[in-house]
Amino acid sequence: MDLTVNGEARTFGGDPDMPLLWYLRDELGLTGTKFGCGAALCGACLVHVDGVPSFSCITPMAVADGAEVTTIEGLSSDGSHPVQVAWRELNVAQCGYCQSGQMMQAAALLAETPEPTDEDIDAVMSQNICRCGTYPRIRAAIKRASGQEDA
Amino acid sequence: MALENISRRAVLMGMGAGALVLALGIPARAQEEEQKFGADAMPHGWRDDPRIFVSISPEGVVTVTVHRSEMGQGVRTSMAMVLADELEADWAQVRVAQAPGDEPTFGNQDTDGSRSLRHFFGPMRRAGAAARQMLREAAAAEWGVPMDEVTAENHVLRHEGSGQEAGYGEMAARAAELEVPEREGIVLKTPDQFRYIGKDDLELIDNPAIVMGTTIYGIDARVDGMLYAVVARPPVLGGRVASYDDSAALEIPGVERVIAIDSPDLPSGFQPLGGVAVVATNTWAAMRGRDALQIEWEDGEHGSYDSEAYRATLEEAARSTDGAVIRNQGDALAALAEAPRRFEAEYYIPHLAQAPMEPPMALARVENGRAEIWACVQAPQVTRVRVAEKLGLQPEDVTVNVTLLGGGFGRKSKPDFVLEAAVLAQEMGQPVKMVWTREDDLHHSFFHTVSVERLEAGLDENGRCTAWLHRTAAPTIGSIFAPDPGQKLPFELGMGLTNMPLDIPNVRAENPQAQAHARIGWYRSVSNIPHAFAIQSFIDELAREAGRDPRDYLLEVIGPAREVDLAEQGDVWNYGEDPGRYPLDTGRLRRVIETATEAANWGREMPERTGLGVAAHYSFVSYVAVVAEVEVSDTGEVRIPRVDIAIDCGPHVNPDRIRSQMEGAVIMGTGQALTTQITFAEGRVQQDNFDSYVVPRMDTSPREIHVHLVGGEDPDQPLGGVGEPGLPPVMPAITNAIFAATGQRIRALPVGDQLRT
Repeated sequence: MDLTVNGEARTFGGDPDMPLLWYLRDELGLTGTKFGCGAALCGACLVHVDGVPSFSCITPMAVADGAEVTTIEGLSSDGSHPVQVAWRELNVAQCGYCQSGQMMQAAALLAETPEPTDEDIDAVMSQNICRCGTYPRIRAAIKRASGQEDA
Repeated sequence: MALENISRRAVLMGMGAGALVLALGIPARAQEEEQKFGADAMPHGWRDDPRIFVSISPEGVVTVTVHRSEMGQGVRTSMAMVLADELEADWAQVRVAQAPGDEPTFGNQDTDGSRSLRHFFGPMRRAGAAARQMLREAAAAEWGVPMDEVTAENHVLRHEGSGQEAGYGEMAARAAELEVPEREGIVLKTPDQFRYIGKDDLELIDNPAIVMGTTIYGIDARVDGMLYAVVARPPVLGGRVASYDDSAALEIPGVERVIAIDSPDLPSGFQPLGGVAVVATNTWAAMRGRDALQIEWEDGEHGSYDSEAYRATLEEAARSTDGAVIRNQGDALAALAEAPRRFEAEYYIPHLAQAPMEPPMALARVENGRAEIWACVQAPQVTRVRVAEKLGLQPEDVTVNVTLLGGGFGRKSKPDFVLEAAVLAQEMGQPVKMVWTREDDLHHSFFHTVSVERLEAGLDENGRCTAWLHRTAAPTIGSIFAPDPGQKLPFELGMGLTNMPLDIPNVRAENPQAQAHARIGWYRSVSNIPHAFAIQSFIDELAREAGRDPRDYLLEVIGPAREVDLAEQGDVWNYGEDPGRYPLDTGRLRRVIETATEAANWGREMPERTGLGVAAHYSFVSYVAVVAEVEVSDTGEVRIPRVDIAIDCGPHVNPDRIRSQMEGAVIMGTGQALTTQITFAEGRVQQDNFDSYVVPRMDTSPREIHVHLVGGEDPDQPLGGVGEPGLPPVMPAITNAIFAATGQRIRALPVGDQLRT
C-alpha cells in the first residue's frame, strides 16, 4: 500500500485491515493523532484523507491506499493555521488530548463552510467528544478562526 | 486494620476509631494533640527550596519543575506562573519540566482533592522569591554594590547608581553557588506587584505543543524495542480465568506471546485485575490477538451483581432505622413526629466511570534491576512504590516519568494499569506499552459509588423547616482496601453531609450498611455528587411545598451569615484543612447564590416548558452556586440554553483556568444529569463505549455558560479548591429547573427517558 502522509510518500506492507490510526502512531510515530474509542464515536483520531475528515480508527490501510493523509502534525508547518492560532488565543485546551481531532474537524469544517453558523458548528463538531468540556471555547475559536468574532 | 494504603487521596482520620468516636458524638479532634492540616498533613508534605523547583540557563531560560500532574486543570501553567511571578521572570522565557515520582524530594504529589495550588501556592511563591533574592545577591557581589540597591524586574537585574545591568542568565551560575536565604527572610511581593498571578491573559504553557500535536501523553511514550499489550480481564470483580485457549491468538501475525496474569484476592486495592495478556509488535495485532482468545471465566462472589436489583437493596437500607448515627443536633425524630407537615423523598445516583479521553496507558522498561515507567498517573509516588513492591525492587530503583494526562478525573490516581505494564515488561525482557481500549476503561474503572439518599423533613405552620433526617446508603471506597466495612468513611461523609450547613434546629443523619460489588473509587468531587443532588433537590421540593421561592427558601435553610461549627456537626475532616483557617462561612455560600441568581435574572417570567433551577454546595473548601435554564420539549427533550455558575475559591490565582474548570464542570454535570451512567448485570458493566456511555457532546451541552468569580478580595485568605467543587451543584440545578419547567420531579439520575412522552 502506497500513501502520502503530510506530504511524504510512504509504503506499508503489513495487515491491510490495520486501521490507519495505528499505522500513523505505531509505525510512523506520528502520535498527534489520538485513540479514544476505536469505533468512530469520539473523533480523537480524526485526520484528513484526501481532504475529507475521516475517523482513522476505523479506516483500514487498504482504504488509505493511494490516499493523501494529513494529520495534526501536517495541518501547518508552523502552527499558523487559523484554527491553531485561535485555539491558542482562546486557551481552548484543558487536557488537550482530544484537541488534535477537534482542530482537524474544525479545519475541515472551515474549508467546506468558511463562515459556519452555530447550527453548522453543532452539526459537525458534535462528532467529537471532549470530556473536559471545552465546547464553548471550541465554538468561540471556530468563530474567531472564521473571522466571525463573538462580541 | 491495614490502613496505610488508603491515605493517598484523602487523609482519612481513623477509619475505625474516628468513626466510632463520631458515633458517640465526641469530636475526634479534641482527643488528638498537635493535629496537622493541609499540606503538612499530606505524605511528604511540601518543599519550597528554589534549587528543587527552578533552574536558569546561561541564556536566561527559566525552567520551573512542576511536581503535580497535568490533566487539564492547568497546573503546569499555574504553578509555573506563581513561581515566575515572584521570580520576576519573563513568561516568554519560562519553560516547565515535569518532575518524576519522588515525594521525598518534591513534597506531596497526589494530584487530587483540588489542592495543588491550595497547598503549593505559598511554597512556589517562596521558591520564586528566594531565587530572585539569590540573583540580586549574585549581581550585588559581582558589581560590588549593596544588594538592596539591586533590582530584579522582568528578567533584568539592575543597579541604578552605577547603571549596571544584567540578564538573569548572566548571573545564574553565580547565584546557584549561594546559600538559599532563610525562609523568614524571604520578601514576597505585595498583590499590587503581581505580574501574572490573578491576571487573565496568560497563555497555557503547553499550548504551542498541543496545537502542533507534539505533546506526549501516556499513550504517546515510545522507546526502542517496545512491544504493545492488551489484557482480557475478568468481567466481574473478583473473577478469574478458569481456562483459556490461545492457539488462534498466537496465529495472528505480530502476536509475540500470550501471558496469563494472576487475579488478586479481594479486596484488591490498586492491584491489576489479572486475566490474559496478549503482547504484540503493534497495538492492532495485540487487539486482534485478544479478540481471538477463548477464555472461560470463573465469576466469583460478585457474579450476580445487578445494579437495578441493588437499587432496591439500597432503598431498603435507607428505610431502615438501625444505621449508624453520623450527625445529630437537637432531636430530629421527635421534631419530625410533632411537625404539622412532613415530607420524604428518596434519590438515586448511579455508578459512573471517569472515562478520561485518554484511557489508562503506561509504558514500562525493566532491565538490570531497574524499572523505568512512562505513564499518565495522578499519583506518581504511589506508582513508584507499588511498582517496586510488584517487581521486588526498591523505590529508588524505579523511575516514574509523568506524561501529560489525557484527562484523569480520579481514574489515574490508581496505578493498576502501570503495574500491568511493569509485570509484562519484566516477563518479556523488553519494554511494553500497556494499552487500554475504551471498553477496558468502562468495564474496569474504579467506579463512582451508587447511592440512595433518603430525606425526611418536618415543616411548621409557616413552612419553615424544623426537622431534617438524612439517611445515606452507598458502598464505600474503603471496600477496595479492607474487608468491606459497609459504611462510608469520615471523609466521604464529610463531602457535603456532615459538613452541610443547615439552619435547622433538629438535624440527624444516619449511614446504614451497604456492601460493594464493584471496584469503588474516586470520581471528580466524589461523595459530594449524591449528597449535593439529594440535599439540593429536597430543599427545592420543600420550597415548592411551602409555596416559597426556591432561592429564598435555600437561603433561609442555609441561614444567616455565620461560621459553622463543623466539629459540633460531626465533621472531622474539612478536606484536611484547619477549620480555624478554613471556617465554613455561610456568608460566602449565600453570596455565590445571590451572584448566580442575579446574573441569571432569577424570578423573571419564563415561557411555558422552560424554567430556572438553583443549587449551591460547599466542597473542597470552596463555595459554588449554579443556576440552570432549561427548555423541555413536548416530547421530553431537555435543552439547556444557559447556565450561570458562581464560585468563591478565595483569591483567584489563574482566573482563566478557574473559568475553564467551571465550564468543564457544568458540561460534565450536564451529562450526569441527563444521560451518563454505568449499570451492571450479572456482575458485568453493560456499557461498552461512547454509544452506550453517553457523555455530553457540543449539541447536548449548555449553549452558554457564564462563570462568575466571587470573592478573593482578601489576598491573605487561604485558597480553596477549583477542579472539583464546580460539579456537585450542577445536577440538582438542572433537575430543579426541569421541575420549574414541567412540574416533574427527577429523583433518579440520569434523567434518561423519564420525561419522554
